[in-house]
Amino acid sequence: MLKPLARWLHRRPLAGLVGLLCAPLAWLVVVYLGSLVALLVSSLYSLDSFTFTVVKHVGLQNFRELWHRPVYARVATRTLGVAAAVTLVDLVLAMPIAFYMAKVATPRVRRALGIALILPLWASYLAKAYAWRTFLDPAGGLLRKTLGWSPGFGLSGVVIVLAYLWLPYAILPIYAGLERLPNSLLEASADLGGRAGVTLRAVVFPILLPAVVAATIFTFSLSLGDYITVGIVGGKTQMIGNVISANFGVNNVPLAAAFAVVPMVIMVLYLVGVRRTGALENL
Amino acid sequence: MYLSTAVRRGIAILTAAVVLFLYAPIAYLGLLAFNRERSIIFSGFTLKWWGVAWRDHEVRRALWGSVRTATMATLVALVLGTLASLAVHRYRFFGRTTVSFAVILPIALPGIVTGIALNAAFRQILGVKLGFFTLVVAHATFCLVVVFNNVVARLRRLPGNLEEASADLGGDAFQTFRFVTLPLLRSALFAGGLLAFALSFDEIVVTTFTAGSGFSTLPQFILGNYSRPQRLPVVNVVAITVVVLSIVPAWLAQRISGDVSSAR
Repeated sequence: MLKPLARWLHRRPLAGLVGLLCAPLAWLVVVYLGSLVALLVSSLYSLDSFTFTVVKHVGLQNFRELWHRPVYARVATRTLGVAAAVTLVDLVLAMPIAFYMAKVATPRVRRALGIALILPLWASYLAKAYAWRTFLDPAGGLLRKTLGWSPGFGLSGVVIVLAYLWLPYAILPIYAGLERLPNSLLEASADLGGRAGVTLRAVVFPILLPAVVAATIFTFSLSLGDYITVGIVGGKTQMIGNVISANFGVNNVPLAAAFAVVPMVIMVLYLVGVRRTGALENL
Repeated sequence: MYLSTAVRRGIAILTAAVVLFLYAPIAYLGLLAFNRERSIIFSGFTLKWWGVAWRDHEVRRALWGSVRTATMATLVALVLGTLASLAVHRYRFFGRTTVSFAVILPIALPGIVTGIALNAAFRQILGVKLGFFTLVVAHATFCLVVVFNNVVARLRRLPGNLEEASADLGGDAFQTFRFVTLPLLRSALFAGGLLAFALSFDEIVVTTFTAGSGFSTLPQFILGNYSRPQRLPVVNVVAITVVVLSIVPAWLAQRISGDVSSAR
């Protein structure tokens, strides 16, 4: 029964392509890209302040409000700062372990470490954030009980826990990048008199750059939108995600959507900007 | 590059410290699930909270909701992810890089953007009521990416001449897929499916915006109860259950695919 169809397809490779692509593409375009457009559209709507219902009155009023009320700019810069700090901490922590895995460890240790790093990534995000709450709790958490000191709930707690949560995302691409770096290049650099520092700067860094950028995409993007961890360990700290979620909670979907455009635009600009480094193939 | 023994040892110690750092919170949470007191400091061993959690109707409803959602989302993602990866792998077409770009967007954009966007599409544009259906659609969208990554990674490693040999022997496109490509992809599909399941099982942000109020998953249960001291032990049990139920499939997927970099 399928024979005639297969024969017909063989003569028309284009039809085969269309057949393969139409379902997933329709899903991605209609469901995903379509909903991003829906996000943009609803960011132009407004909220009726008496009935608290969304009115389809199109205009830039939400963006005007975001621009003119300084609290939003403060929240946005705070979020960017946290995302940058988390990314930096993760890169610093990820480099040595990725290097150890790729260039120092024996194959058996390397395999074991690979699994050891991936598994926490899959262990429930919420459970981990919640576990950190029991560590950081200033009133009687584990850190206070054992070390006598805890950063408590606040901005530093947020940075620590987010850095903890996204660390495997930073290690894995950097490890993969280092693994692709041939040892012979390192040896050639050493033969030519390059010391460790010079080799790192002149040989390792340029080759590793796409992998590092790929790592930053994850840590930066995930931090930029997070509000759950902020809610669990952040105390009164507000980030973009919290403001979006709070507005959403009081049915002000248009303003929530407008503020969600901010991380979206930042990430799309970032992705387009780093596209030429080849980082996206390293994701 | 020459590294002195001291430097090597230093890096090894840092590595061990990072691994410890990664596991300590999870291990402590596991311990708390067996804690006798309603407290965040361990004081003695008991199994009673597991029974309490098991008999809790809210927990049961959430568990069933999570299992149903993850299963359906995984099935949809398996079909769509495989189709997309075959297309991107086999054909050189206009817009191919755009498709690859579009596929990574759901994981490269923050979850809250995806969540709000899907919510806006469902409620403002389509006028659909939020519930199980919208939740599955949302989860399938990011699960698709995991399946796609796994299958594409496998396809890249497969020798193309096997499919050519099948064609030379008179196999048509469907027979080749059924008897050659699919068996070769089986373990990648299995691994991708397990990871998609684990991802969906643990997801909270997109879930919050697309599940509506009538539907409940285990992560939603944790989020709704973690700050209530009365519920503390049950939340601990549920949290460690979610850890086990997402870590075991991920571990299996890892064993099956044997590839560190594709298991994300």
